[in-house]
Amino acid sequence: MIIDRQQVAAAELERRTGWAIKAQGACKGEICVPLPGSPVTTVDAGMLSERLGMALVPEPKHGLWALGPETLGGHALTTADAPELVLPDLEGRPLALSSLRGSKVMLLAWASY
Amino acid sequence: MWQEVREELHPRNFELVTVCLDVAGAAAARPFIEAARPRHPALIDVEHRTGEVLGMVNIPSGVWIDEAGVIVRPAEPAFARRPPTGGSGPAADAGADRMTQILAEAAHIRIDPERYLVALRDWVEQGAASPYALPPEEVVRRSRPRPPEASRAAAHFELAQHLHRAGHAGDAVVHFREAHRLQPDNWTYKRQAWSLVPSVEGPLARYWQGPAPGREDQWPYDGDWLSDVRQIGPENYYPALDM
Repeated sequence: MIIDRQQVAAAELERRTGWAIKAQGACKGEICVPLPGSPVTTVDAGMLSERLGMALVPEPKHGLWALGPETLGGHALTTADAPELVLPDLEGRPLALSSLRGSKVMLLAWASY
Repeated sequence: MWQEVREELHPRNFELVTVCLDVAGAAAARPFIEAARPRHPALIDVEHRTGEVLGMVNIPSGVWIDEAGVIVRPAEPAFARRPPTGGSGPAADAGADRMTQILAEAAHIRIDPERYLVALRDWVEQGAASPYALPPEEVVRRSRPRPPEASRAAAHFELAQHLHRAGHAGDAVVHFREAHRLQPDNWTYKRQAWSLVPSVEGPLARYWQGPAPGREDQWPYDGDWLSDVRQIGPENYYPALDM
């Protein structure tokens, strides 16, 4: 996720990465990683980088950083629970993947390039 | 092609959701979606978030999710049929036009739509009893390896996209290049970046994916589609289905 300061809003962190800040720490699925002071409304990006194994890459010219995905467990998925994805259609109408619960879903990623 | 599969399986409580991973957004996806006129959700992901959270490294990739929202197959190559160039095509000679050479290499790319569709139909019919539905720990185990370099590559790729969308195409290239260096087997990173360089004009611009003839010095990347595919061999462009 792109950030312009070293503090990350907890709500944005959850929306963007699926990691929720709870009393136990940063949690995704059944995994919780302790964070000092949890629950908090903002989290230090350096702390997230250290505890969750998220790369923190600076872009000094534009005053930005990018926080990469977690590397806990060494795989792209830390849980088989499908991540929440809310994406727009051609007309900009958002659809949440979770709204399709109750059906079998095949998510197919494509591009024209 | 996927539209037909969706219509066949939809009465059995199945839904297809397509997601276009493209920095160019709806403008790039619109002609294809409007031509297909899908009855299933057809979404646009300008940030490649889907690829990041699900560990996709090439397109097309499919992920199966059961009724409870649990992934039963992680990202893997997903073809509904062989494209027109499929099968064993003739090798293009060195003097052939770049697009001819690309199509010749693409003809040797290994895909297995027949097996994939057998598995998909079986899962839709049998659910958790299908041998193709994997238990959660196996789903996690089979998801893409993510060493620290992959997280760094993802961060650079996101910065590149952000800067490109903000009109800083030159600055974006620096981060695209770093993403390519850190995770060279991520073809989505490469194909997306290469598609944004206007090497040639006209309808082939996004598919050229390499330097224009005679202007090789203006190509900002170390690799290009044709060179990189030839380096690994087209049969290794997608991993074999593990079904």
